[in-house]
Amino acid sequence: MALYSEKVMDHFRNPRNVGVIEDADGVGEVGNAKCGDIMKMYLKIRDDVVTDVKFETFGCGSAIASSSMATELIKGKPVSEAMKLTNKAVAEALDGLPAYKMHCSVLAEEAIQSALTDYYSRHPEKRE
Amino acid sequence: MRIYADNAATTQPSHAAIEAMLPLLWEGYGNPSSLYTFGQRAKEALEQARADIAEVIRADPKELVFTSGGSEADNQAILSAAELGRKAGKRHIISTAFEHHAVLHTLNKLEKDGFTLTLLDVHENGMVRPEELEAAIGDDTCLVTIMSANNEIGTVQPVRELGAICAKHAVLFHTDAVQAVGHLPVDVKADHIDLLSASAHKFHGPKGVGFLYARKGVRLTNLIEGGAQENGRRGGTENVPGIVGMATALKESAARMAENAERISALRDRLIEGLREIPHSALNGDSVRRLPGNVNFCFEGIEGESLLLLLDDRGICASSGSACTSGSLDPSHVLLAIGRVHDVAHGSLRLSLGEDATEEEVEYIIRNVKEVVAYLRGFSPVWRDLMSGKAQFIL
Repeated sequence: MALYSEKVMDHFRNPRNVGVIEDADGVGEVGNAKCGDIMKMYLKIRDDVVTDVKFETFGCGSAIASSSMATELIKGKPVSEAMKLTNKAVAEALDGLPAYKMHCSVLAEEAIQSALTDYYSRHPEKRE
Repeated sequence: MRIYADNAATTQPSHAAIEAMLPLLWEGYGNPSSLYTFGQRAKEALEQARADIAEVIRADPKELVFTSGGSEADNQAILSAAELGRKAGKRHIISTAFEHHAVLHTLNKLEKDGFTLTLLDVHENGMVRPEELEAAIGDDTCLVTIMSANNEIGTVQPVRELGAICAKHAVLFHTDAVQAVGHLPVDVKADHIDLLSASAHKFHGPKGVGFLYARKGVRLTNLIEGGAQENGRRGGTENVPGIVGMATALKESAARMAENAERISALRDRLIEGLREIPHSALNGDSVRRLPGNVNFCFEGIEGESLLLLLDDRGICASSGSACTSGSLDPSHVLLAIGRVHDVAHGSLRLSLGEDATEEEVEYIIRNVKEVVAYLRGFSPVWRDLMSGKAQFIL
């Protein structure tokens, strides 16, 4: 039995949206190296839409796959929708994660939230 | 293609071991406890195996008890010594923080039962200092249990010196020699060993079988009650094919030990030299006093599980001490014991070479580890912070 689903392995082997956005409108970083997982998300936002997103991750296979999937799920979506991304949605889109790896999907949700919070703090007028 | 570089996890059963087991599975299936000739033939095979193994470690055949493996042997050795201590009113045990969990968890159980525990420092190089052992021994000490060679970082302890100290103070000495037997010379008498654990599948024998050496006069406590097998020290019908396979594999390993050790050590040193070229990496454990096939590195800025998965894609079987591979939130207790901080311990890689390793394989491993580490660092926020000076390098 494989450790991860095909979907997880695909996103781990070929992560989407890897990198940095130098002039990002929102940046979020969660986790810590002590626990073995850190995710950093960079967002570009135009007219309340996430037009671009990039990530950097230090972590295990499922952490990298969760970051990659989370970026795919919010890219091109309105900010209001990105705000609603849940870890469950990330895990489901990956065809599931082993129980002890669910925290990786939680971290992905938190990384997106953190980047959006940063965006709102820079643009308080956008906050509903 | 597959490059198996995880021989500390398990080894390929040798051809000779499998050949020796087959007749006992097909025709020679008699119960060694049965009195008729058919059963007694199995008994003969069993006793021949006992004699063969005893010869390799310089023990008396009567001093060997066959077990289900190294963990059972560790449990029985420690619980037996503790029972003897309890009877003598001694409740202090000395060990180290980087023992196998079969030892540590058994010791934790005894601690809850009123025993006190001293865990010796294994220092940055993963070595016990004999003078620190001697200083820790008190009137209340009933057992010293220190592994011969560490399963993760491969450091080989000065067993003879440690054994001599225990003998001098009349304290029982147990050594978990699961990684050493079949790979390094073991002489239980010269090394002053009272109790020793070994496991067949670490030296090209089958899984599910091992042995416990208990010096004559050291009374064992049974973990498994049930019959007169093993002189009443371990109930249950003996795993005759497994035991015979184990003896065959051990004889073979012992015969080739010196030659193998020399060849594998040379490959190990080349592998270490190659991986040292990776910036901000460090070898774990003493570079000289280590098992012939063991290489263990930490690479800063990356996590071990993703490293293993990508190496697996390239056909390399390896292991890591990262939290994700240990199944807990903490990285390997061995790496923490030698002072590696969490951040760095998560990025560890263990490669354990076997007898059939080649120079080409070693070069392939070096090339691929370099590529995969560089790739993972390429999108690691930890590595970015280190490179930009926002965080300080540890290695």
